[in-house]
Amino acid sequence: MLSLDSSSIASVALARDGEVLRESATADTRSHAEALAPAVRDVLSAEGLTGADLDAVLVGTGPGPFTGLRAGLATARALGFAWGLPVHGLCSLDAAAHRIAPRLAEAGHEEFAVVIDARRKELYWRPYRVLEDTAATAVALSEPRVGAPEDVPALPSCGPGTALYPQRLAHPVPGTGDLHPTAADLARAAWALTSRGTPLSTDTSPLYLRESDAKVPAFAKRTTA
Amino acid sequence: MNTAEPLVMGIESSCDETGVGIVRGTRLLTNTVSSSMAEHARFGGVIPEIASRAHLEAFVPAVREALDAAGVTLADLDAIAVTSGPGLAGALMVGVAAAKALALAVDKPLYAVNHLVAHVGVGLLDTDGTLPEHLGALLVSGGHTEVLAVGDITGDVRLLGATIDDAAGEAYDKVARLLGLAYPGGPAIDRAAKDGDPGAFRFPRGLTAGKYMGSAEHPGTHRYDMSFSGLKTAVARVVEAFEAAGTPVPVADVAASFQESVVDVVSRKTVLACTEHGITTLLMGGGVAANSRLRELVTARCAEHGIRVVVPPLSLCTDNGAMVAALGARLVSSGVAPTGLSFTANPGLPVSTVSVPAGV
Ligand SMILES: [Zn+2]
Repeated sequence: MLSLDSSSIASVALARDGEVLRESATADTRSHAEALAPAVRDVLSAEGLTGADLDAVLVGTGPGPFTGLRAGLATARALGFAWGLPVHGLCSLDAAAHRIAPRLAEAGHEEFAVVIDARRKELYWRPYRVLEDTAATAVALSEPRVGAPEDVPALPSCGPGTALYPQRLAHPVPGTGDLHPTAADLARAAWALTSRGTPLSTDTSPLYLRESDAKVPAFAKRTTA
Repeated sequence: MNTAEPLVMGIESSCDETGVGIVRGTRLLTNTVSSSMAEHARFGGVIPEIASRAHLEAFVPAVREALDAAGVTLADLDAIAVTSGPGLAGALMVGVAAAKALALAVDKPLYAVNHLVAHVGVGLLDTDGTLPEHLGALLVSGGHTEVLAVGDITGDVRLLGATIDDAAGEAYDKVARLLGLAYPGGPAIDRAAKDGDPGAFRFPRGLTAGKYMGSAEHPGTHRYDMSFSGLKTAVARVVEAFEAAGTPVPVADVAASFQESVVDVVSRKTVLACTEHGITTLLMGGGVAANSRLRELVTARCAEHGIRVVVPPLSLCTDNGAMVAALGARLVSSGVAPTGLSFTANPGLPVSTVSVPAGV
């Protein structure tokens, strides 16, 4: 499976049965359209694979800044179309939740939230419950949301949002500021899901969570009213 | 690769049209366009975020439809070309990311091309692949307004003049809104103007004062440039005066007078640029090229100077993938090296960059 995520940084990974064979990630959060295709090419060639060797494409559907998010979705959908492969979508925050779940379980927390930057002084977040089975993963408690840091439920919070608003979150978990959703964790989270018998969704609709913000100009209202 | 008659897919997403076209050499096989124009109507102008969202949803269906219509597969292609600028950043980004993915998936050369030069590429279709000598282009749309000199479409294109503020089509949209006319404003004003008196109001002609024009020997700062924001304000003032007086706005007269100001400036400056740069054939492009009064006046004024005017069919004037494919095919047959996968969209790509060189 080829996995891509562009909700925060841009990353790609190749995974077989939840085991990550190769991954690549950008250091910044602003070069998605530039970096994704070369990264896909490079991880495939490093493993000596081509599209014909793949069974599916997996993509993080966000939430995340729109332009970067769309670059990942456009890339995944186009690759899936060209290779004749199914394209699966998974909430990007689930990737970070899967990574951090064992650490929270160890600390005795049953529930937590993943918080990432939503720009405009807001955060995207999603609450999770720790699943203490062999996979040591997390299940989402509700849909992802967007809002002010103060609106995040009073749960231990992990992710880049903790570094942005340490004073405004109820329980920021220290040392999780670089917990970006990544394609590698997305592949692992997807494997944990399918291992529990939950099939992956083929819905790759972006989780924008916000309207396009377009306003009918006042100027037009006046003359067309 | 077939370089004499390459099979090329062109992808366009710089504004509100998701275009996928396929050509074989200079022969047009298909031109699939999906527009989000209706979604912008209630805003009276293109909303970039709405356009970008629509591109993402339209892309794969448009590619599938284009391949089916042309009866070819991705594997059959010799190359893929995509608009990398100028245009709306978020909109361009969708087409660029998707085009790179297609090129990677089927291992085809990818050309990142200039949107404005692609408008000129339309002139290559259904010809022997050569453009007329001493060619110029007048591109007028909701997103841009330019006069170009085209020495060689694969590498020598110069910007002679351009709007310094609103695009002409944008001015039409704004004035249509002021007059309570439909979006897009171009056709609505063109229609309304037919019953109006173009001399009823003397609206300003932007950047036509002597200090901007200068002379052929000593050109002013904006000899071939245009400006429409002052015109828009002047129209707004007239409309407000009628409203304040409680009298109905003479919509047809205002529309005709506004249109006359736009087409007068555009045609006059274009003809001046052509005569002073030895241009003998002028290709019109962009959605506003459909405007009847603009075509009429440009054609008449060009004829006075022996300049031939070429206006492609409207479906090829508005933004589309076929024009991108046509330019891409020409780049392939001219042996220009492809761009590869390591570029990104450039909303301000200069017209002198016909295709983005590799490794940039
Ligand atoms: Zn255009």
